[in-house]
Amino acid sequence: MNMTIVQKILARAAGRLEIEVGEVVEPAVDLAMSHENAALVINQFQEIYQGTGIEARVWDPARIAIIFDHRVPAESSKTATNQMRVREFVAQQGIERFHDIRGDAGGICHQVLPEMGYVRPGQVVVGTDSHTTSHGALGAFSFGIGATEMASVWALGTALNVEVPATIKVEVRGKFRPGVLPKDLILHVIGKLTAQGANFKVLEFHGETIRDLSTSGRLVLCNMSVEAGATSGIVPPDGETRRYLRQEAGVHDPVELVTPDAGAVYDQLLEIDVAPLAPQIACPHTVDNVKPVNEVEGKRVHQIVIGSCTNGRLDDLAEAVRVLAGRKVARNVRMLVFPASWRVYRQALDAGYLAQFADAGAVVMNPGCGCCLGVHQGALGDGEVALSTTNRNFKGRMGNPKGEIYLCSPAVAAASAVAGVIADPRKGGQ
Amino acid sequence: MPKVVLVLGDDISTDDIYPGRFMATVLPTETPQYCFADRADFNRTLKAGEVPRGGVLVAGSNFGCGSSREQAASTIKGHDLVIVARSFARIFLQNAINLGLNLVTAPQVQAGEGDELEIAGDRVLNRTSGKSFAVEPLPKARQAIIDAGGLIPFTRQRLVARAGKK
Repeated sequence: MNMTIVQKILARAAGRLEIEVGEVVEPAVDLAMSHENAALVINQFQEIYQGTGIEARVWDPARIAIIFDHRVPAESSKTATNQMRVREFVAQQGIERFHDIRGDAGGICHQVLPEMGYVRPGQVVVGTDSHTTSHGALGAFSFGIGATEMASVWALGTALNVEVPATIKVEVRGKFRPGVLPKDLILHVIGKLTAQGANFKVLEFHGETIRDLSTSGRLVLCNMSVEAGATSGIVPPDGETRRYLRQEAGVHDPVELVTPDAGAVYDQLLEIDVAPLAPQIACPHTVDNVKPVNEVEGKRVHQIVIGSCTNGRLDDLAEAVRVLAGRKVARNVRMLVFPASWRVYRQALDAGYLAQFADAGAVVMNPGCGCCLGVHQGALGDGEVALSTTNRNFKGRMGNPKGEIYLCSPAVAAASAVAGVIADPRKGGQ
Repeated sequence: MPKVVLVLGDDISTDDIYPGRFMATVLPTETPQYCFADRADFNRTLKAGEVPRGGVLVAGSNFGCGSSREQAASTIKGHDLVIVARSFARIFLQNAINLGLNLVTAPQVQAGEGDELEIAGDRVLNRTSGKSFAVEPLPKARQAIIDAGGLIPFTRQRLVARAGKK
């Protein structure tokens, strides 16, 4: 039987040789990730054990990761108290893959998981965060679940009743033109598929463009697959995956690369040539409202955001610095930079990028989700416009339903910061 | 007869249902106050107790897209509202079923505010317009969880069964 990667991964995790799309399975979970919402998972976990007389112990503390990133440092006493409860639980259960608020480790969960080598090809990864799709970049089947479902995973070690998803094959060819980045590709894909075009399905990325892409670029694609409704995105692991794991994630034990069969059956084929692709912008208030940059050039912006689990890695910051080219952020524009992790922060510090951001007038913030989810660190004023490298532009997302959010690549964000209006980074000057 | 209390379009996000700035609030007893917080008028009527229990939210396709936040399901459950949508986003649907929220997928549903809707097995009947709409079965993987009364009792049964085997 010919299988997609996800069929193969779920077959192994369910102790089967073969598995059909649409079957219901109960895969063993290799890695279960939560962030601050672990506070809710803990409540639900304890409720499961109520009245059973069984001691509430997680199935395997070594397979659980908890990373504080959504509201760091705590924006409210409520969050701070939730974080305290999580710390107590982590200590009591012996969970070692815990990343608290400190400047020598940690960051956004979807950056920490790969860079710490927690994610491996072929794994089943679940996370109480919709952007858990990110880890498909390393060839894992990785998807978001809710807090109660995570409590169930903590108790049993399996994901209950998973329906084997159909897969859309995304075949990408051509070379990106200068100033055009993986973010532009995934925005283009979401525009084509729509916000629900991949609901309950997986996007499997193929083609020469994907083979040439770094793990960082692949993370961008898988991260935003959920914005087309996909259960996950996944890239067949290859030599680059192995390189990333060895050189950047410090993984030295053997790595098995699970790849799809040549005759795997796909639900749909989407073919894209990136050679003619222009920078893309997702316009308010849905991520699938995607336009080429020339259709929105000149739009006044008030807040530029570079960061998030989508575009806060070292190559993203490098691209922004390259486009800034020593120029200043425009008057009446504020530019916020959130490195995706403290490792990225340190690398950007050592490379001189953070100083260049500061010289330009940008504000370098502490690693974390920052203003992406609208809690703190950069809310919009009434009628203000943000241009952001984050992943969602829903009404109210950045803390104010009267604000507007446009999504773009780091190159577009940097060019627009200088111009004070949405600008095409390929045009150079102001 | 349950009445439609709010009609929504396509792609209603979890940020719309439960804005991110309230995410530090997690208890199902506390989340209902922020239900559709940025739709100020509707939120006010909810909090004032002017929306009847069992009232129906009618939505377009992809209801609950976006974040995995379970508050989006618990906030609606707290007001005992029923959702009839043309389709649901995956994580929201699973969260809602896990928490025992009452919902139905009716791909062709049409209704206006104040319409009387009857959910009868495999049909949704709009008693006001006289139209009837087919109900799509929920994903089969979820039926056992619904039958158990939600994911917590379902998991508890499993846990106890496992402990018994040891």
